[in-house]
Amino acid sequence: MYVAVKGGERAIENAHRLLAHERRGDRDVPELSIEQISEQLSLGVDRVMTEGSLYDRELAALAVKQARGDLIEAIFLVRAFRATLPRFGATEPVDTGAMQVRRRVSSTFKDIPGGQILGPTFDYTHRLLDPQLAEGFAPEAPATGHASAAATPRVTDILGRDGLIEPSPAGDKDAPVGDLTREPLNFPADRDLRLQNLARADEGFLLALGYSSQRGYGRNHPFAGEIRFGEVEVEFMAEDAGFAVPLGSIALTECQMVNQFKGSATEAPCFTRGYGLAFGHSERKTMSMALVDRSLRARELGEEVIAPGQDEEFVMSHSDNVQATGFVEHLKLPHYVDFQSELGLLRKLRQEFAGANVTPPMQEAAE
Amino acid sequence: MAGNESLADQSGTQARRKAAMAVLAHSATADIAGHLADIALPAHEDLREPENGLVMVRGRIGGDGVPFNLGEVTVSRAAVRLSTGEVGFGYTLGRDREKARLIALCDAMVQSDKLVAAIEDKVVAPLRVAMIERQNRKAAETAATRVDFYTLVRDEG
Repeated sequence: MYVAVKGGERAIENAHRLLAHERRGDRDVPELSIEQISEQLSLGVDRVMTEGSLYDRELAALAVKQARGDLIEAIFLVRAFRATLPRFGATEPVDTGAMQVRRRVSSTFKDIPGGQILGPTFDYTHRLLDPQLAEGFAPEAPATGHASAAATPRVTDILGRDGLIEPSPAGDKDAPVGDLTREPLNFPADRDLRLQNLARADEGFLLALGYSSQRGYGRNHPFAGEIRFGEVEVEFMAEDAGFAVPLGSIALTECQMVNQFKGSATEAPCFTRGYGLAFGHSERKTMSMALVDRSLRARELGEEVIAPGQDEEFVMSHSDNVQATGFVEHLKLPHYVDFQSELGLLRKLRQEFAGANVTPPMQEAAE
Repeated sequence: MAGNESLADQSGTQARRKAAMAVLAHSATADIAGHLADIALPAHEDLREPENGLVMVRGRIGGDGVPFNLGEVTVSRAAVRLSTGEVGFGYTLGRDREKARLIALCDAMVQSDKLVAAIEDKVVAPLRVAMIERQNRKAAETAATRVDFYTLVRDEG
């Protein structure tokens, strides 16, 4: 017999009303504006854009506000929003070499053309809580220096000139670019699909996997060849206009990992690479992404697949925090009928167990 | 020969349109509207109502390899036709439909021999100056964080 149970509408409505009240917090405290979140919690907004897979600061800031600062909930909201808009097409591939660099460091070469540029970084701060910030704090204007007109080429391009590092994969220019938002994922997956998956993957998941590779689970000896952050111009081939139109610029972070070398009887040994790219200022994310990208190349580079970080099916199937949270959190929704049937089965099994194990009279003890 | 000239003409116009679009896309809606208020606007109509959509941003593997899909970005687009026939297109990042419409109007005017001087001098040029100023200020702030390495000379005596 199937029994449908309904109810809870009023409770749900009132729960959402209570949520809105709690979200607002103490009404004597001024309400947060979207601009405040976008400007002052900018790295949280960057993470929501990256993992929500939608570059729009205002929407991401709104999502952070609506989600009460729960970034995975905010990412979920952004993903749901992107499904409401039509897609006009794809941009021309961005040129990170022409980035207006805000930060650019290499841990492999001290003297790189364009120099080591620290930019706005937490690196070298003392990680001591600053009581000044609790009191309302007007920082001094940033120092200015003489901006050089010299280019800041990618470090990997410089190494590449001597053949010391493998070149980036050059494939068929007209080959279609894999898109996991359009076609279901199949394994083995090519590197374009893997990078798309990693770009929207949970930062914590990639951080842990990257860390595990450093600790020896599929070790590949990484160096941070270069990390850069800044504005990149975006162009879109507009069919109606008949040429690639400029759309403006977006902030991106790029990480080039340089890894242990590889050679064979026919090829001279050279460094291999892992690549990370993300929206906004997302350094930990792109470094982790580059580590995992390199780990996932195990098959291609003939390395033994022994660790979770080298297993593309494992990584790509569990990297998406919207999917993961959906499956984990659905457990709290009503499972009354499922559970009743399990309960019935368990009672039956226990009865059978009791029947089969009727304790014989304990004669010895009686004597 | 005439054909070649018109081809060169066409690519010249296209370069000018693209250069104007690059400046306009980087400018705030209010600033574009403010400068447009300084010139007499020609009669025009919306050829395509401004609309919001998404564009998939592509990167390249390793920075210079084959492309991959990074994630989407919100985009607005519009098309405007002048009563004299020129059709302009407006594309910009973000969900500001009015900005797309203004860019389309400017693009149509850039293609008109009569209007191109006014739109370049009164709208695009001042916006370009402001854009370059913003970029220079950022570049100067960034330059102050460039590391100057120096070597400590050891006294061997």
